[in-house]
Amino acid sequence: MKELFPVKQVMGFAFSIVLTAVALLVYFTDMSYTMGMTVLLITAFVQAGLQVVVFMHAGETKDKGSIYINIYYALIIALFTIFGTLLVLVWDM
Amino acid sequence: MDFFDRFAVPHPSFLIYASMVGIGLTMLAIVVGITYFKKWGYLWREWITTVDHKRIGIMYLLTALLMLFRGGVDGIMMRYQLSMPENTFLDSQHYNEVFTTHGIVMILFMAMPFIIFFFNFLVPLQIGARDVAFPRLNALSFWLFFMGMGLFNLSFIIGGSPDAGWTSYFPLAGNEFSTSVGTNYYMIAIQIAGIGTLMTGINFITTILKMRAPGMTLMKMPMFTWSAFIANVIIVFAFPVLTVLLAMGTMDRLFGTNFFTTDNGGMDMLWANLFWVWGHPEVYILILPAFGLYSEIIPTFARRNLYGYKSMVASMVVISVLSFVVWAHHFFTMGQGPFANSIFSITTMAIAIPTGVKIFNWLFTLWKGKIEFTTPMLYSVLFIPLFTLGGVTGVMLAMSAADYQYHNTMFLVAHFHNVIIPGVVYAMLAGMTFYWPKIFGFMLNERLGKWTAWLLTIGFVLAFIPMYITGLDGQARRMYTYSESTGFSLLNMVSFGGAAIMAIAFVLLVYNIYYSIRYSPRDIGNDPWDARSLEWSTHTPIPEYNFAITPQVASTQAFWDSKKNGHELFKGEIEKIHMPNNSGLPFIMSCMFFVFGFAMVFSIWPVVIVSLIGILACLVYRSFEQDHGRYISVEEIKETETRLRGAKK
Repeated sequence: MKELFPVKQVMGFAFSIVLTAVALLVYFTDMSYTMGMTVLLITAFVQAGLQVVVFMHAGETKDKGSIYINIYYALIIALFTIFGTLLVLVWDM
Repeated sequence: MDFFDRFAVPHPSFLIYASMVGIGLTMLAIVVGITYFKKWGYLWREWITTVDHKRIGIMYLLTALLMLFRGGVDGIMMRYQLSMPENTFLDSQHYNEVFTTHGIVMILFMAMPFIIFFFNFLVPLQIGARDVAFPRLNALSFWLFFMGMGLFNLSFIIGGSPDAGWTSYFPLAGNEFSTSVGTNYYMIAIQIAGIGTLMTGINFITTILKMRAPGMTLMKMPMFTWSAFIANVIIVFAFPVLTVLLAMGTMDRLFGTNFFTTDNGGMDMLWANLFWVWGHPEVYILILPAFGLYSEIIPTFARRNLYGYKSMVASMVVISVLSFVVWAHHFFTMGQGPFANSIFSITTMAIAIPTGVKIFNWLFTLWKGKIEFTTPMLYSVLFIPLFTLGGVTGVMLAMSAADYQYHNTMFLVAHFHNVIIPGVVYAMLAGMTFYWPKIFGFMLNERLGKWTAWLLTIGFVLAFIPMYITGLDGQARRMYTYSESTGFSLLNMVSFGGAAIMAIAFVLLVYNIYYSIRYSPRDIGNDPWDARSLEWSTHTPIPEYNFAITPQVASTQAFWDSKKNGHELFKGEIEKIHMPNNSGLPFIMSCMFFVFGFAMVFSIWPVVIVSLIGILACLVYRSFEQDHGRYISVEEIKETETRLRGAKK
């Protein structure tokens, strides 16, 4: 029975609900802008990682290497693009 | 504006009317010709519905050559306009349209299909595959690209060409300053072609990762395939930015959104920023396959292994990341501070390092080689010094403080032509000459080919080196005329002379093709250049299944080692081969995209809706279609193999 019960997925589901609840706190409580954004960014990235690993099964096949290289490459480029754009258009304008 | 007024060219001139007549007559001649020779069925069965990567490749090649001439004529017109001060050959509006069209045609409709031709034709052959991973998607890619190209080229006779530069910066490209439908064409035609390119990227990444011959590990792939892989990775990560950008631009122009407007919370500089987030990787999408071709040609004619295989791969991987972090160097003067500019200066200079590694690798490949100066090799050897010159001026431009002097001058124009012509165009011509015998079964004339290469080089140097000087003296780009007191006239006249010589070189290229079709010997065998990688190991002409027996690869230069070192490529028996069926769906769907695009350009909403339903219907039909492909029987393969004199076993 233990093999049939998807402990990892259930835990993941519970955790993703917790993350959503924490993110919702930003709306329902009276946080400062910085605090709220920090909470949102952290929960968003953890949530995305959780979904990719637990529910989209990254790392469970022999393509593991390619999938993670792909994700890291995409992350690097996305972060460079976002922070570069912020730098050019907002921070150092 | 009255409905029908939008279809009229807003700024007609004799040249445009002449082109209208010319285009009309050519279309008529083509239709009459095909009907007269009863080729409609042949065209439909063998070309329009084909999913064969080789045939799709050839169609890309034809499109690219056609666009090379279209863009070339635009270039000549600009050079002639600027050859004399106060010239009245083109007025300012017409000049704007010409330089905009020249840029878009040359980058997106000449260079892109040219490299995709090489992807299509070479990658499956080099990795020992029978076709690409998704043959029908490949056909769709081509036809979407082709329809985008067609839509764009329609602009100058119906409704007017885009005139806001190939970068189409807002607010100039917004409705307020670009009132004709030209910029709508820009947004929608490039969108349609771009979707095709994005599909190509996905297709070739999958092909290269999943369909390599047994024994060919990633580090045993031929260098062109490596470059194609990296270029396609960049396509998949860069083109979505373009897709989103063009969609936002379309919404700004057609639906009154405010992404790039100067008020209502819009930000016009966001266009420039996102354009170059795509645009700079695009440069590397073009140049990496060109590098790959040089890496095939130079070892073949230096008769040596490619020097530094691993460093070649490593430098391309580094470029695949760095190409995404340099985009702001296209607008150092836009107003951001020295801190941001310094960062982008440094990343830009850093990208010269992997490129330099590659230059040295080619030089070391040549070192002590038994160099044979064939036409492709001549192009490659001319490429190295000329491209290096372009690279060095690129590093000059990369210095943000100094860029305030160079920005938007002819110096910049000289720089990017200096990297793109010897880098991309020479590679395309070299590669075309190199692979011509494999594609068409005869060689291009060497004597004429060398004349072309030298004329092109002389023309190039005369046309573009003077621009460095006038640019430093302050001649701005995109200015349709200048006064005599500026003193630019002599050098611009030299430049026009160079452009004319380049035009002669391209005419000679056409003559070479004609001459070789008529007189070139056809008994050239499968491997006329004594080359090194798998594509030369199959027959000429290539059978539709490419290889009767899947090759077994044990080294980076599989075919060379099978010729010289006794590796056995084709082990085992012939088995029946599974091939994809032809399909007319990609063509029909792309035609609907064309109608959709045209209706969007002119905001004819009922047609937009109907064509969208048509596109959707094609998608639904495809989802429910059962197509398991077909098998080529062993007897048929044996018969083909004997006919091609290829008793390989």
